[in-house]
Amino acid sequence: MARKISYQQAINEALAQEMRRDQSVFIIGQDVSGGTGSPGEQDAWGGVLGVTKGLYPEFPERVLDAPLSEVGYVGMAVGAATRGMRPVCELMFVDFIGCCLDQLLNQAAKFRYMFGGKTTTPLVIRAMYGAGLRAAAQHSQMLTSMWTHIPGLKVVCPATPYDAKGMLIQAIRDNDPVIFLEHKMLYSLQGEVPEELYTVPFGEANFVREGRDVTLVTYGRMVHIALEAAANLARQGIDCEVLDLRTTSPLDEDSILESVEKTGRLVVIDESNPRCSIATDISALVAQRAFAALRAPIEMVTAPHTPVPFSDALEDLYIPDAAKIEAAVLKIADKRNAA
Amino acid sequence: MIHTLTMPKWGLSMTEGRIDIWLKQPGDRVEKGEAVLDVETDKISSSVEAPFSGVLRRVLALSDETLPVGALLGVVVEGEASDAEIDAVIEGFQAGFVSNAAEAETAGPSAQKVEVGGRLLRYLDLGEGGTPLVLVHGFGGDLNNWLFNQPALAAERRVIALDLPGHGESGKTLRSGEAAELSEAVLDLLDHLQLDRVHLAGHSMGGLVALTVAQQAPARVVSLTLIASAGLGADINGDYLQGFADANNRNALKPQLVQLFSDPALVTRQMLEDMLKFKRLEGVDQALRQLNGALFDGGRQKVDVRHVVGRQPSLVIWGSDDAIIPANHAQGLEAQVEILPGQGHMVQLEAAEQVNQLMLAFLKRH
Repeated sequence: MARKISYQQAINEALAQEMRRDQSVFIIGQDVSGGTGSPGEQDAWGGVLGVTKGLYPEFPERVLDAPLSEVGYVGMAVGAATRGMRPVCELMFVDFIGCCLDQLLNQAAKFRYMFGGKTTTPLVIRAMYGAGLRAAAQHSQMLTSMWTHIPGLKVVCPATPYDAKGMLIQAIRDNDPVIFLEHKMLYSLQGEVPEELYTVPFGEANFVREGRDVTLVTYGRMVHIALEAAANLARQGIDCEVLDLRTTSPLDEDSILESVEKTGRLVVIDESNPRCSIATDISALVAQRAFAALRAPIEMVTAPHTPVPFSDALEDLYIPDAAKIEAAVLKIADKRNAA
Repeated sequence: MIHTLTMPKWGLSMTEGRIDIWLKQPGDRVEKGEAVLDVETDKISSSVEAPFSGVLRRVLALSDETLPVGALLGVVVEGEASDAEIDAVIEGFQAGFVSNAAEAETAGPSAQKVEVGGRLLRYLDLGEGGTPLVLVHGFGGDLNNWLFNQPALAAERRVIALDLPGHGESGKTLRSGEAAELSEAVLDLLDHLQLDRVHLAGHSMGGLVALTVAQQAPARVVSLTLIASAGLGADINGDYLQGFADANNRNALKPQLVQLFSDPALVTRQMLEDMLKFKRLEGVDQALRQLNGALFDGGRQKVDVRHVVGRQPSLVIWGSDDAIIPANHAQGLEAQVEILPGQGHMVQLEAAEQVNQLMLAFLKRH
């Protein structure tokens, strides 16, 4: 039995092992250590939820607390990446994208292209995303669609501790800017993680459950909700295939099409808001490239087009759950039975 | 005598299984060792064999149903029993049966790791007594290649399966990648476990390793079981070895793995993902290339140790349709040779019951 650790520990271990291996890897962000330069406790925070805890004592020169200025320290990380360093820059909540958008949208994402490949930007932006922590509208968004929309960025959304470690190592070694998104509600999730270094390549979706009847395509935390729905549906005789995209950019189009060509039915599950989202993008892909294979309309299960509510009851209603997925599947599975 | 037939635990990580199909119906006679139903796990599917003879009186799990390890599948009665007696046994069983996935995972034996001879080795130690048996997997495999064999064989003796250097959860760094390096690792493990004399069984490249151990330390090897073994001839499927070493995604790996089995449906996406998890580990790529270069360069086996066979009692098992190493390498060996018709390279997984019976009978005699 391989060792089990949490999603949060897997991220911490990936950072520690890569920093040991490669001197050019450094971490920068608000409170990634906490208290550096002050007379008080050092490594007081280790990241706002403790994900980088313990790295400052081992790498005091390479875990840098940043001032409360995303425009400043994200820009600094982008610059360092172009000069041979491999920064892992923590944006804390992905919602703070607005404070540093030009550094990423117009600078980091464009360098390789605009300099004709003469420079690379091996930058990782780590950020927490997603609803469920009662953190209200400014600290709970997905925004995966926004990042995915920008050419030149890679967008990674691991669903398991195994993927979190392997994909973070891949992100650090990658020569392009990578947006590495961590769902807050997954931090305590336990899973088997090898102690050794390994990389999980980008653009390869993972079939987390094989099935014949309906394809459920999703990523991030929703993988677990989709699996829960699939288990419930199996008891009703509906056999769902669950595809974890792992990365939304690059997107593993082949695996999505391969699965839909087999099942003929697609439900896309996305925690982000529905307009111009991963869900609509995949629906369009399948409608365009696998229309003939479809035996029922494509269904989407997403959050509504509203901010994330602060009210517990409303937030629970906002997040796609297994019941909503099951209802969507039953809707299109019924069509088959009637046919 | 009323026996309960329960969901088996195959390998270290199985927590539940899905009933595929019942091969016997209520009222049918079953013999000990006979397949009663097929069960599918997220890793592999196989038959559940009756650990006892009798009449299948009750079937308590439906096709497509997923049940935890240890759950009641059916009732087999040896001799006579009334329906009321059977009901009482079922009721008693269900009342006492508690299961959850976490428990099933931690329950049962777990592999150990030890640092010997400067290498980290993982091994799984099952059973006790008798002259111990050591199981050596092949190229790109690990101790789970014996998941259907080790528990059955361990009913009669201590059985140890190890991960060779460069494989499974053992250390990934190889020095030369020669057969002698792998056999040294096996001997180091025997020393560590203070095992003086053992039966050795090897599959594919593991057979070559077992033969090399027998060559280096003949006095320590009581018998040899060679399954689809390397080291007995020049031919080997070089395209497979190269393709396997090169494959770094599901679609590249699948056409390689299907060559190992007689039933290609056994190669599930989960099996592919598990194999990719192994191949992604740092050092594995290098180790596989080193071994491939040192042992099987250019699709020809570089090491021939046929002359070692016969010094110990030897059992040679092969699938007639082996697409990796041809079964005709078994010809002319001074050994008990068993060719299983229609079987492929992973014969110990696919025809586990036959292989287990052959090995149990062979080991009993030596």
